[in-house]
Amino acid sequence: MNLSQDQLRSMYRTMVSIRNFEETVKQAFAKGHIPGFVHLYVGEEAIATGVCSALRPSDTITSTHRGHGHCIAKGCDMNSMMAEIYGKATGLCKGKGGSMHIADVGKGMLGANGIVGGGPPLACGAGLTSVVTGSGDVCACFFGDGACEQGTFHESANLAAIWNLPVIFVAENNGYAQSTPASYHCAIENIAERAASYGIPGAVVDGSDVFAVHEAAVEAVKRARAGQGPSLLECKTYRHHGHFEGDQQTYKDDLYKSVSQGKDSIRDFRALVTQHGWFTSEELDAIDREARQAVEEALAYAESSPLPEVEEVTSDVYVSYP
Amino acid sequence: MAVATAARTITIAEALNESIRLEMRADPKIVIMGEDIAGGAQVEHLEDDEAWGGVMGVTKGLVHEFGRERVLDTPISEAAFIGAAVGAAATGLRPIAELMFCGFLGSCLDSLLNQGSKLRYMFGGKATVPVTIRTMIGGGFRAAAQHAQTLYPMFANIPGLKVVAPSNAADAKGLLTASIRDDDPVIFCEHITMYTMKGEVPGGEHIVPIGKAAVARPGSDVTLLGVSLTAVHALNAAETLAKEGIDAEVIDLRTVSPLDEETILASVQKTGRLVIVDEANPLCGLASHIAGMVASRGFNWLRAPVGMVTAPHSPVPFSPVLEDAYLPNPQKVVAAVKEVCAQAS
Ligand SMILES: Cc1ncc(C[n+]2csc(CCOP(=O)(O)OP(=O)(O)O)c2C)c(N)n1
Ligand SMILES: [Mg+2]
Repeated sequence: MNLSQDQLRSMYRTMVSIRNFEETVKQAFAKGHIPGFVHLYVGEEAIATGVCSALRPSDTITSTHRGHGHCIAKGCDMNSMMAEIYGKATGLCKGKGGSMHIADVGKGMLGANGIVGGGPPLACGAGLTSVVTGSGDVCACFFGDGACEQGTFHESANLAAIWNLPVIFVAENNGYAQSTPASYHCAIENIAERAASYGIPGAVVDGSDVFAVHEAAVEAVKRARAGQGPSLLECKTYRHHGHFEGDQQTYKDDLYKSVSQGKDSIRDFRALVTQHGWFTSEELDAIDREARQAVEEALAYAESSPLPEVEEVTSDVYVSYP
Repeated sequence: MAVATAARTITIAEALNESIRLEMRADPKIVIMGEDIAGGAQVEHLEDDEAWGGVMGVTKGLVHEFGRERVLDTPISEAAFIGAAVGAAATGLRPIAELMFCGFLGSCLDSLLNQGSKLRYMFGGKATVPVTIRTMIGGGFRAAAQHAQTLYPMFANIPGLKVVAPSNAADAKGLLTASIRDDDPVIFCEHITMYTMKGEVPGGEHIVPIGKAAVARPGSDVTLLGVSLTAVHALNAAETLAKEGIDAEVIDLRTVSPLDEETILASVQKTGRLVIVDEANPLCGLASHIAGMVASRGFNWLRAPVGMVTAPHSPVPFSPVLEDAYLPNPQKVVAAVKEVCAQAS
């Protein structure tokens, strides 16, 4: 494995930050402090982490309704993220977007998306910009198993293929689209097999293994940057919580529940790096504490931030509109 | 499940469920489809109250009575399944499809804009498309720009579609039944904040005809016109205004297309003043259309400019303070009425 100590540390910090952030959002939501609805990324941390650690800062990503993890992995500021989720003026989108539209274009995070299947066409656009400007940047496009059944995904995969766009399609297959199992909504077991029909490489990886995800992403990014076009990476994963907060999850079968409970990317990472002697448990515990503290700070920042001014309702609709 | 034969107080969600259940019992050609409308596909043990029955629970329990052959969970493929509902309607079924949020119109527009609405016309009257599309409209849930839209003006702008939006439980049942039985494509708009609203609903068969507005409150000083939740706002505003000596007549439009121009005009003729309350965006919208219609057909009765309380020309913001400022509410209606009354000759 070609990962430096710094890279490993950063990957671990990303995963525990996401976990802490999401558990904190869960609690705040349960207390009624967060408006609207939230979809949590707990259980899927290794995917955003493994993919984004293969990117450079100028690369872009498109995200989904389950977007907090992608944001953190792409380097978004957690204070401004939490403030956005709270609907505060200091939020990443001034409180206008909320959890479902959280974005930081400056960081290459092109937005969570309330439209399932909204991301892939945008990712093609980001890929086109890269090709036309010669920036060499790639776009990682995250989407769920449910989104794989949208025409936008199929059309975008084909478009990216024929235009040779530097896009990495990352299917986060957590087995469910809301309460509907992937085995019902999808006629094949591995979404990655669809790659063949677009003439692009497809791979299946264990989405709870951050190293496997990272390795596959590095490969796909290398191809994309070299002008060899898009890839489809399917990450098999498990959603530990409900579709949204408040979901009773009566539809999850026992097998899913037990396998899901056994999967923990953070625990596995810890076991591996301590076994190899790359890190001590104490070093990792220190990162845990830092991450927890950073999330606590983010929460305090969000809670104490001001609400937006009502004039904001009609600003930012256009660049200019006489 | 037994359906009551006498009137009782139930929620809008229950009223909608009852309408679909009764119609499905009566007509085997009715199928319903949508994302998680049964819920938990392939999980056989789920009881009525455990399976989702749609994100808002409107179709709860229907799969147990009618089976998965007639209650179809779909993949997240709006273009395919809304299109399939149109195609099935054109070939002999009477489908009811759920487009979860009306903003998802973006994902299936062709089926409604270029297929469902136009087949009959393009084929010289030789096709019938008896499909009902149930969809959620409206803000108030802090659901932000893509999940809080009110798009009935966009639907109504398409010739060939009928557009319905009830404001209470009895109308929800009666209008949905009429929509299902209608031989044209109907877009049935349900306001996201109203599912738990209760009202007295007739048992058994109940039909409220499409295209007929209701005088929800008679009055003589000013006409307040709303649809779906804004009809409720208008009623609430009328209560406040009554205490201040202004006697408002409230028209609940019930149907956006076809528009009941006669009921609107008759009321304006009586009161001489009109305030329209509309949650949709204003440009080329419902309020401006009605104002134009009244200016064109009832100008001489107007004693003051038409008042309009609408959303601004912007997407729906997330933050509660912003969304509250964005949305129409009874206070805004009262203020608009006072302005109109102050200007009246
Ligand atoms: C176009 C569209 N259709 C439906 C929805 C409602 N919806 C939100 S999330 C979701 C399930 C998405 O499943 P998946 O893509 O597997 O992502 P996951 O939630 O599992 O991360 C659905 C149906 C939506 N937001 N947009
Ligand atoms: Mg999924």
